[in-house]
Amino acid sequence: MKRSDLKAAITRATASVDVRPHEASLEMRLEQRARLAAARLAEQAADQGLLDVAYGSADSPFGPLLVAVTRRGLVRLSYPERPVDEELEELSRTVSPRILHAPKATDEVRRELDEYFAGHRRSFDVPLDLSSVAGFRRRILGATARIPFGAVRTYREVATSAGNDRAVRAAGNALGSNPIPIVVPCHRVVRTGGGLGGYTGGLDRKRRLLQLEGALSAPLPV
Amino acid sequence: MTTAGRRIPPFQRFLDEQRTIVYRFLLATVGPSDADDCFQETFLAALRAYPKLRNADNLRGWVMAIATRKAVDMARSRARGPEAVPDIAGVLSERVRFEAEPTTPGAFDDDSLWREVLELPPRQRVALVHRVLLDRPYPELAAAMGISVDAARANVYQALKRLRGGVRKREAV
Repeated sequence: MKRSDLKAAITRATASVDVRPHEASLEMRLEQRARLAAARLAEQAADQGLLDVAYGSADSPFGPLLVAVTRRGLVRLSYPERPVDEELEELSRTVSPRILHAPKATDEVRRELDEYFAGHRRSFDVPLDLSSVAGFRRRILGATARIPFGAVRTYREVATSAGNDRAVRAAGNALGSNPIPIVVPCHRVVRTGGGLGGYTGGLDRKRRLLQLEGALSAPLPV
Repeated sequence: MTTAGRRIPPFQRFLDEQRTIVYRFLLATVGPSDADDCFQETFLAALRAYPKLRNADNLRGWVMAIATRKAVDMARSRARGPEAVPDIAGVLSERVRFEAEPTTPGAFDDDSLWREVLELPPRQRVALVHRVLLDRPYPELAAAMGISVDAARANVYQALKRLRGGVRKREAV
């Protein structure tokens, strides 16, 4: 039998028997096995010291937050509207490309956030990794992290405690690009004279966080 | 305008994009009981080297070369070939049956062909899977195996020749 005859025979055979359902389920089973194997990689990677950034997500009243941790601590918390791909790209650039989805590694952060939103936690115990933020911006975030639950400070006060009382605008910029909102409580920084100032996640969220902490009275129910 | 290649993506994205082809390749070359181990070894080796990669232009070729090395090592370390994977055997043997051009179609079943595939020397088996199951062009196959295009062709040719030999033997019985 010639090759061309064989090809014709196979074509006829496969046309009379619809092989697609079989192929589709084979494809699906293969993808399933590959997905499971890939999900197991993070644990071994961590054991061998090859996992630099682990990420997962945490539920919040604002929707699911992206949580990323390094060996040092919490490195990123981002609001739902931030595209995950872009956040991971940035972490890849600024921290390390050795990034894997490893929800277990973010359990502690998730637990503390749950307690915070339920009103049972006033300060966070997870260590922070601010190593990707440099210089004065980092000092601003450090000063902000020390503002206690339920209190507010002005941008000038934060700039002062970071060591430069004239860097009010720089303080605002540093807080505007806070990589760990909520846990580094930039929502507790407001304008001199009582204005709320700005918030990357939207002023409504800033208001709700301050209400949760009792620093701002809740609006009257309609 | 930069002459550097694309920046490497976060490892999770690379894993998501490459895991299925790597798994398919390993399932066919080392079998289901060793495929998982080989898969982990392949991606751990990739993760180890990842930050030093200069660009992302050929991530598939890069990871398939790693998987090929792991598969050949695994196949050599096993005295016998792996057991059959019925699903993969079906797809593979349909393709091999065509490529091997038996004198009478249907002269052998999936399982017996699969057993012969598993008895091929490791490099021939790996080359056959790259070419016949994954449809990879010879230059890619050669790059993955770290050999010349001619040597890659020779490996596939030898594999098919052996399989044809097996078919004739059975038909003669």
